This record gives sequence, structure tokens and C-alpha cells, in this order.
Amino acid sequence: MVTRLWLYLNSSIVKKQIMGFTGLFWCIFLTGHLAGNSLLFIGPEAFNTYAYKLTSNKALFYTAEFVLLFFFISHLAMAMKLTIENKIARPDGYYMKQATGRGSTFASSTMPYTGLIILVFVITHLLHFRFGPVYMITHSGVEMRDVYRVLVEYFQSPLAVGWYIFCIAAVGVHTSHGLWSAFQSLGFSHPRYTPAVSCISKIYGAIIFLGFSALAIFCYLQGGN
Amino acid sequence: MSNEKLLSLNLKIWRQKGNKEKGEMVDYRLEGVSTDSSFLEMLDLLNEQLVEKGDDPVAFDHDCREGICGMCSLMINGQAHGPEKETTTCQLHMRKFEDGDTIVIEPWRAKAFPVLKDLMVDRGALDDIMAAGGYVNVNTGNAPDANEILIGKESADLAMDAAACIGCAACVASCKNASAMLFTSAKISQLALLPQGQVEREQRVINMVEKMDELGFGNCTNEAECEASCPKGIDISNIARMNREYIKAITKTRS
Repeated sequence: MVTRLWLYLNSSIVKKQIMGFTGLFWCIFLTGHLAGNSLLFIGPEAFNTYAYKLTSNKALFYTAEFVLLFFFISHLAMAMKLTIENKIARPDGYYMKQATGRGSTFASSTMPYTGLIILVFVITHLLHFRFGPVYMITHSGVEMRDVYRVLVEYFQSPLAVGWYIFCIAAVGVHTSHGLWSAFQSLGFSHPRYTPAVSCISKIYGAIIFLGFSALAIFCYLQGGN
Repeated sequence: MSNEKLLSLNLKIWRQKGNKEKGEMVDYRLEGVSTDSSFLEMLDLLNEQLVEKGDDPVAFDHDCREGICGMCSLMINGQAHGPEKETTTCQLHMRKFEDGDTIVIEPWRAKAFPVLKDLMVDRGALDDIMAAGGYVNVNTGNAPDANEILIGKESADLAMDAAACIGCAACVASCKNASAMLFTSAKISQLALLPQGQVEREQRVINMVEKMDELGFGNCTNEAECEASCPKGIDISNIARMNREYIKAITKTRS
């Protein structure tokens, strides 16, 4: 029974469903992350209070972090396993190989590369913000971490803004294929909604790119204040 | 056919004496190729010249030359069955090429498809997947009445679309991961959509996917190059159906 289960988990189909499921989970997280961070536009108090509320219940906060990390590592480990297996599946390459122009797209063919950029980005992102400098501020009588200041300070360097936008572009491209791809892998395909899913996937990628880029530029522009 | 022209071509063809030998790309110059000839007729012309010179002719798979048997293969200029949409190599005509063109011709490449000679590969792995699917239950006895088993128009159409697969393996050849998912999913869909063969529905998908993985095909990354190269236009929604069938099967069966 256990060996049977192991066999199913190792099947080409379940492996890509794990990719799809974990990827979809991260897409949902990104949506919340963008929505929450948009409070930056309102001001330091709104943003800091949001960050404080999000992290004040320590048990919930660490659980959420653990789940995020678990899904991230599952996605990453599975991606590496699949990429290696796929290379092995064609030991002798072609002398000449051309895309038909009717199938693969820039986003679909660069998934492993955009994925690697995202890996580096997530690590640096956590180091800069999650484990970045801690300043304290008091809003409405409650002392909390001034994350707003951390962000504004970090994005004062145009290089930091450039690197961030580059990485977010990778996230946008990655998700523009990934979101649709997850639906396909999980078996959700129907002429009634598949064209919409494909279109929404591209729009989602664009929103992620534009939204987060706007936040970085906004922080840069707050420099004088 | 009054527009016939004669082409001079530079061919780069993969030559390999046998399965265990090392192969290489060999250059050939071929003159006087009619634009009305098919791609395989162009290779016939080359082979006639090679035989006349006492050289070994280029081995390639072919049979019906009508685009329905699935025997012809060939990676032409880096594309499975060449550049034309929904066209097998045998149905590709030389009028699609220009005088002086260089054409690169290679065999299908996948771990599961060993090269037998030159451009011929062993596609027996696809037969193994089909065989793993097993039998379909049918009632014996007298011939059934017509329309005894009712099949909805849409299901019949979708099953027919999936059944159009000729098993040429262009999907595997064009996939950057050498995945056989389009082929396998077409075979699974064809039977999953019809009332016949429902008894074995779950076991069939499990067995076929297991065999596909065991044979060393890669994993699908949803790029749709298979669909784009398929001479029969098999849709990747079949792969989604297979994904669905598989997850249903492994959660339902007791084996």
C-alpha cells in the first residue's frame, strides 16, 4: 500500500500536480502580499499597523511562515527533480531545434530561468526586509516595527529599485505561464473557461509586475520625506 | 502543376550505421528536385543516386505516404514533420522550400526511441504504452443492434478527435522534455470518453501512465509544442483530461 502510494507520488502526473498546486498557493499569497503592501500608498501608519497586525499573533505568524517555506521548497525541489529527469529523457540532443511558433512562448520556455531568478530574489528579499534593520515607531499608542522606513530607506538606491523591478519582471513572466499551467496540470480544462484562465493568467502576471514595481518606485519617490 | 521548378538543395542528414555505432551529420548536394515532389520523394531521389554510386542509401521510415499511417517521422530543420501545420513528412511538398536551401534532417530524439539506422528510430515504446492499457470489455454473442449504446454527439466527436492520433511520435520529438503525454493522453481520452471500456477506465490510466514513466519519457511542462507539431491536431486538453483521470483513478481504485 505504501509502495503503491510512493509510486503514485512519483508518477509524472502527480509530480506536475505538486508543481501546480504549490505554484497556485504562491500565486494566492502574492495576491494578498500585493493587496496588503498597497497600504504603503496610504501612509506609514496604515502600512505599519497592517504589518503589526499580521505579525503580532506569533503562533499564527510562524505557522504561516512555515507553510510558505514548505510550499516554496516543495516547488523548488520538484522543479529541480523534473528538470533533471527531463534532461535525461533526451540524452542526445538535436543538431538543430526550432520552436514551431504555434506552441511555446517566451514565458513557458524560460520557466527554469525565471524560477532561478526568483529563488535568488526571495533570499535577498527576506534578508533585506524580513531580517532587515529594526526601527521602532509608535502609532496610536502602540509600539511597532517601522517597516515603512525600512522599505523607503532600502529603495533610495536606484540600483535596488532596478534589481527589484528586474526580479519582479521575472515573477510576472513566471506566473503568467504558471497560473494557466497549474490549471492544466490539475486537470481543469474546459472550452468554457480555459481561454479565460489563459487570459487571466497573463493579466495576473502583468498586475504582479506593475503593482510591485509601482510600490518600489513609490518608496524611491518618498526619499525626501 | 504547371508551376513546377527544379531545386538544388544542400542536405545535412544524420547517418548512423547501426544502433550501437556512432553517427554524424553528413552533407549531400542534390540537384533537380521537382517542387511537385514530396519530401520523401526527394529522399528517394537522393537514395537512387547513392545506390548508383554504390553508397549505402539513407534509411528512413515510411509506409502509406498519405498522411494516415504514422510511419514517417523526420526532424526537418529542427521541427517535427517540418514547418507545415498539421502535415506529416510524407505530405510535405518540396514547393515549400527554395532553390539553394540547406535542409537539416535528423531522426526523432528521445531516450525511449533508440536510433536503429540513420533516420529510423524504434518507436516500440509507444506500442508498449498502448499494450499496458490492456483490453476493453465488450459483450460477445450476437451482433448488437445499431444504436444500442447511445453516445452523445460531443463525446463521440471528442473521442474521434483523440482517436485521430496516428502514433507518429512527433509530440515526443518536438517536446523539449521528450514527454509522451500527448500520445498517452489521446489514447486514454479516446476510451475514457466512450461508454465502452468504462469497466477498465481507472486501471487503464494508471497502467498506461506507469508504463510511460517506466520507459523513460520526460515530464510535461505545458508548452504545447506537441499540439503545435501534431499532424493530426490533437489538443492538449487531452493531457488535462489524463491528469484528471489519473488523480481520480488513484483516489478511487483499491489496488
